[in-house]
Amino acid sequence: MKRRDFLGGISAAGLLGLMPGLLPAVALAAGASPYRRLLILVELKGGNDGLNTVVPYTDPNYYALRPRIAIPAGEVLPLGEGHGLHPALQPLLPLWQARELAVIHGLGYPKPNLSHFRSIEIWDTASRSDEYLQQGWLARSFLGRPLPAGFAADAVVVGSQDMGPFSGGGRVVALSNPEQFACLARLAQEGGGRGSGALAHIRRVESDIVSAATKLSAPASGFALRSEFPQSGFGTAVRTACQVLGSGAEVAVLRLSLAGFDTHQNQPGVHARLLGQLAEGLAALRSALIELTLWDRTLVLSYAEFGRRPRENQSNGTDHGTANVHFALGGAVRGGLYGEAPDLARLDADGNLAHTVDFRRLYATVLERWWGMESASVLGARFEPLAFVV
Amino acid sequence: MKLSLRLLACLFASASLAASAAPLGRDDAQHLLNRAGFGARAADVADYSGLSRDAAVARLLGETPREAASPIPAELADYVSPGRIRQLSDEERRELQRRTGIALRRWWVDTLFAAQSPAEQLRERMTLFWHNHFVSSVQKVKSARLMLEQNRLLRRHALGRFDELLHAVAKNPAMVVYLDAATSRRGSPNENFAREVMELFTLGEGNYGEQDIKEAARAFTGWSIDPATGEFRWRPIAHDDGFKTVLGVSGNLDGDAVLDILLAQPQTAELLTRKLWREFVSPTPDEREVKRIAGRLRAFGYDMRVALRELLLGSAFWAEANRQSLVKSPVDFVVGSFNTLGMEPPDTAALAGLLRQLGQDLFAPPNVRGWPGGEAWINSSTLLARKQMAERLLRREGREDLRQAMLDPAYQLK
Repeated sequence: MKRRDFLGGISAAGLLGLMPGLLPAVALAAGASPYRRLLILVELKGGNDGLNTVVPYTDPNYYALRPRIAIPAGEVLPLGEGHGLHPALQPLLPLWQARELAVIHGLGYPKPNLSHFRSIEIWDTASRSDEYLQQGWLARSFLGRPLPAGFAADAVVVGSQDMGPFSGGGRVVALSNPEQFACLARLAQEGGGRGSGALAHIRRVESDIVSAATKLSAPASGFALRSEFPQSGFGTAVRTACQVLGSGAEVAVLRLSLAGFDTHQNQPGVHARLLGQLAEGLAALRSALIELTLWDRTLVLSYAEFGRRPRENQSNGTDHGTANVHFALGGAVRGGLYGEAPDLARLDADGNLAHTVDFRRLYATVLERWWGMESASVLGARFEPLAFVV
Repeated sequence: MKLSLRLLACLFASASLAASAAPLGRDDAQHLLNRAGFGARAADVADYSGLSRDAAVARLLGETPREAASPIPAELADYVSPGRIRQLSDEERRELQRRTGIALRRWWVDTLFAAQSPAEQLRERMTLFWHNHFVSSVQKVKSARLMLEQNRLLRRHALGRFDELLHAVAKNPAMVVYLDAATSRRGSPNENFAREVMELFTLGEGNYGEQDIKEAARAFTGWSIDPATGEFRWRPIAHDDGFKTVLGVSGNLDGDAVLDILLAQPQTAELLTRKLWREFVSPTPDEREVKRIAGRLRAFGYDMRVALRELLLGSAFWAEANRQSLVKSPVDFVVGSFNTLGMEPPDTAALAGLLRQLGQDLFAPPNVRGWPGGEAWINSSTLLARKQMAERLLRREGREDLRQAMLDPAYQLK
């Protein structure tokens, strides 16, 4: 299959470094922070099955590996180059047609780890497979280049407890309902991060609550969104995210998550339901962000700990795998197919896919192209950004 | 040189002997009981004050009944088979899951409050510890009765031998369903249980290879359940009885043989000791002590009382620097607050709901690694929910002094 990485061998950031005039204009505006362009992460917890999400429906190997759970060629929504979307992703088709949806094949890392926890830790900390880092990659970014004080928080985590890429740094607020959050925040005390260990952590959380609440508590002149949101749990999380943004409060990153992708058993029904929720939620997100005039400065990225094994298991499901396909969406995203789909005829010793694009290139794209910052200090080495952000 | 070393060793030994013979002050008794149970009750603090450390720990580690003190609710009296569930309408099925799910969680909260003596509270703490070690979730198992049986198994073995518990829990129906052993068969084994038993239950990440997992998965084939009765069933027809090699040991290994191989590795006792250290002593295990205690744990047949005795009598447990160094879990916070304040808990089903809101949904940990605990318990939404509980509880009671104390950040620590 052909590479669709438009960059060729030229290092974009190298060029940018030499010619600051090419940096995104927004980053150069007087006093503007690079973080004014919004990042929304969508974690597909459990390890989404990439092969049944973006289906290689012209590859006979795919049907040989999955006699019972493959998506029939007649049902996929073709994207080109022999790939098509799972039918439950129908709500994403308008984005694809508007060239606002990028599909990135083959994301992974060398010496893949098949444990949920270790592999998501690798993704969250942007570490090598044999390297253990304490801080999340976005925490390192926030600490290395702090956000303007006027931001309500560095990041808002919606409807989940784990801090993922924000672990160990930055002002991060987890909430499920913004109004309730603002109302309860008066019970927190502004005390700074004094003390040590756990006490310092608790005091920091209290301070973050107080400062976020003052900004989130003023919903911008009673702004009511006209966009409708799906009834699902993910739809509710999308609505919460849009309420936060609608309040006028500034944040750099929002993270949503959708759980249940660990489909070891009876995958087809469960997976279709999850992908349907995802697609409907993302379509609603787009509609609301267009309404808020934020869509053109928003980048939505999906991620997960790993993809799933190409060969179906005995339980009508799939076991833990490696390389995976992910989505990038946004008004400024250059839609299309990126990376290279791993070859189903050349699986590794465990029967898994060989990755073709290092996942840290995704992060380099965010740091360099989206935010216009250097990325090597955050990622530990220079990774080539991808061309879905110009 | 030799002599002076021996002299030094003697001095240290007698110093620690002296410390463990000295009577506990009120603060010491409170510290011990807060860590071993859920919120020290005033009467127990009075009882334990004045005891030597040795005597106090011996009393904590004394025998207790091995069953929960609260009765099994009527909603959980029967096992409902998947066959019977399939005959229900969608609405009936949802209603069954909801009703039994609430009854299950309320039963555990009732059980936590029903633990009267500090020794029974320690048994409950260890039961919860095992739930977070041998994780299963009702959300996947979808049978409240099987989760209840697993909980009773964990309680029976709470302070017993780890090797016996491991063998028993591996064949426990809820676990067999939770980690997909039930659908694993010869020819295409499901690796889920094999992976998690090595990574989380025994050796820990980095102490085995992918090939070990594949071979172990073959050995575990044939362990299943009878869906009609919900009982463990050995299915020889599904078992792969071929030659396998796990961690360098070869043979026609079955599941029990693989568990014994894992139990023979020193890393297993070390992983367990490290986890107990974080539960009882401090967030940062002392590796030398971990190795020493793990060695004794293995030498005494994985008797959990041996490890707990070492941890609770160790100088690190009593060190000033480690007091108030652990973050209260939601169960510590909720159950402990009622115990410490000497207040009767209101509706315990509502408290189970509150625990969920605080991030500790009993019988439903977020994933097979369990609740990460420690500082991860506290984020902006869980911290505000804790404060809200304190506010509601004490405003009603008109206890402004206690309300202030509970809103203080230090109240989240033990």
